[in-house]
Amino acid sequence: MGGNTAINLGVFGVFVLITLYIVYRAGTRNATASDYYAAGSSFTGPQNGIALSGDFLSAASFLGISGSIAVNGYDGFLYSIGWVVSWLLGLMIISERLRNTGRFTLGDVLAFRMRQRPVRAAAANVTLVISLFYMIAQMAGAGALMALLLDVHSKVGQSVIIAVVGIVMVLYVLVGGMKGTTWVQIIKAVFLIMCVTLMSVFLLGKFGFSLSAILETASRNTPLGPEVLQPGVRYGGTPTSQLDFISLALALVLGTASLPHVLMRFYTVPNAREARRSVVWATWMMATFYLCTLVIGFGALALVGSKEIAAAPGGENSAAPLLAYEIGGAVLLGVVSAVAFATILAVVAGLTLTASASFAHDVYANVIKQGQADPRSEVRVARLTAIVVGLLAIVGGIAANGQNVAFLVALAFALAASANLSTIIYSMFWKRFNTPGTLWAVYGGLGSCIVLLAFSPAVSGAKSSIFPDVDFAWFPLSNPGLVSIPFSFLCGYLGTILSKEKADPAKQAEMEVRSLTGIGSGLR
Amino acid sequence: MTKAILPPTDSRPARGGRGFATFDDPGTPLLVDEAGDPDFVALQASGDFRELRRRITVFVVPATCGFLLWYLGYVALSAYAPDLMGTPVWGVINLGLLFGLLQFVTTIALTLGYARYARRKLDPQVDAVRSLTAEDQG
Repeated sequence: MGGNTAINLGVFGVFVLITLYIVYRAGTRNATASDYYAAGSSFTGPQNGIALSGDFLSAASFLGISGSIAVNGYDGFLYSIGWVVSWLLGLMIISERLRNTGRFTLGDVLAFRMRQRPVRAAAANVTLVISLFYMIAQMAGAGALMALLLDVHSKVGQSVIIAVVGIVMVLYVLVGGMKGTTWVQIIKAVFLIMCVTLMSVFLLGKFGFSLSAILETASRNTPLGPEVLQPGVRYGGTPTSQLDFISLALALVLGTASLPHVLMRFYTVPNAREARRSVVWATWMMATFYLCTLVIGFGALALVGSKEIAAAPGGENSAAPLLAYEIGGAVLLGVVSAVAFATILAVVAGLTLTASASFAHDVYANVIKQGQADPRSEVRVARLTAIVVGLLAIVGGIAANGQNVAFLVALAFALAASANLSTIIYSMFWKRFNTPGTLWAVYGGLGSCIVLLAFSPAVSGAKSSIFPDVDFAWFPLSNPGLVSIPFSFLCGYLGTILSKEKADPAKQAEMEVRSLTGIGSGLR
Repeated sequence: MTKAILPPTDSRPARGGRGFATFDDPGTPLLVDEAGDPDFVALQASGDFRELRRRITVFVVPATCGFLLWYLGYVALSAYAPDLMGTPVWGVINLGLLFGLLQFVTTIALTLGYARYARRKLDPQVDAVRSLTAEDQG
């Protein structure tokens, strides 16, 4: 690609310096656990809404989705729709109740009326597993992205870059805590949205503000022809691939509002009304962003063409950068690259914070110290965990570099929907739900999801698998959500009715009243 | 905003019955126990809380079922009726793309609709329930 490495690195370096300075300024009063985990609940709804979209829009969404639209057309667009629609669940069911009920982590909510230790341990396990999977995918993506944007092609060079990403993100978390990380998300989200909006407006202008004209030109630049505008390019044909598609759609729409790092964001606002406002803002940002990726994806096809996209290093992921180079030269390419890189950095920082909070608050303070931990030592443990998690992510990212990472992201969504959604819904809406039910649902969903995935075509037996040369797949779908999500609900139901343990009606009353009104939470 | 947030655990077991009325109590007795903490069992059974729960259910259940059906129906149509979804509507924009864009529109509309409903119907009711406790005083 004709990009200029110096410009790319320069723009990115400036971004890192500015954000580190802001994080440093924001983080100086980071003394208490509430500051570290939830930024003292001091953000407003709009601020947190922008940060939510920053946390959620990973490089996979930016480069991956616009690339997927450029290659698969209509079928790529379906990802965008799932991710936008999914916020309705967060808005109407999750956000306000979570804010009223919990304090720092998902474990606060799940363990509210259950036995503390086993439920908190389960919640922490799920959070750590999901966050690590998601993080390794992002880190590995950073390696691939650098190959594309900075012309770094040696494995050693890419490993160095992955390590640098890891170190910068741990710095964000250690220095800034939740407040600093939130500001990074806000800055990055604003850059990203501005970048895609300007590109889309420019593209639309070039085609006389007619979406139809862009689509038509696009369909002439691909061997698929007009078929690219119709369903079925990627997921059409066999009954298995159609089911797989439904399964993916289900995981997308149910997974978003169950991702631990998204859930944790709701604690950074002071009350349930601000939590609601933040989802409204996030929805606007998402809708804008994903509409733009539609224009950018088809625009890349129209102006760059599928042959050049497929031939570029990085394949379909390079659609957006190639388009940027086509319309704005090396400078715009530098900006787009820096934004994409910043995106990885910010998302990984958010994940690190979530994982460290979950370990320190749920496992250390409540399981090991049985709720008697000194808050200072809890924050110290959280910081230590952030370093350990960062190291794990660096090592995992280097190991997974070059792998097919899309499945890791999809797995994180399926895992979140399978392990978290059923327990959140049951504990809020079902009086009888008890500790064994919670544990069954969490581990049933998590376990079934991992097992089905291990024996799916995503791992072995197909050309796009991690191990394409061996075949131990017996589960036909690449996305286990269609089976594992209902299975988790079933486990929760059976675990509850088969156990002799009675739910505590007083605790249930407290949780229900508190989740809907905030009474007893100290929030206004 | 700077108020400390109480941990979710270790609250006293809620006692049945209503709290004591003291001399400076307003007309309606508060649903609190002897220590002044909210009596959650009594609150849960109160008319105001049940009305709040009813209002939430009336909106959220149909809205959630509706958007899930609309989304999954759209996905199913794309998977199983690609020819129908490929019908051109306007220029090269076909029925599927149009429905896809409509998903964005309905999502935004439902989001704004819920925010408005919550502001008008839920928030005042939340305040009504909260006024049954000493929560917002002092």
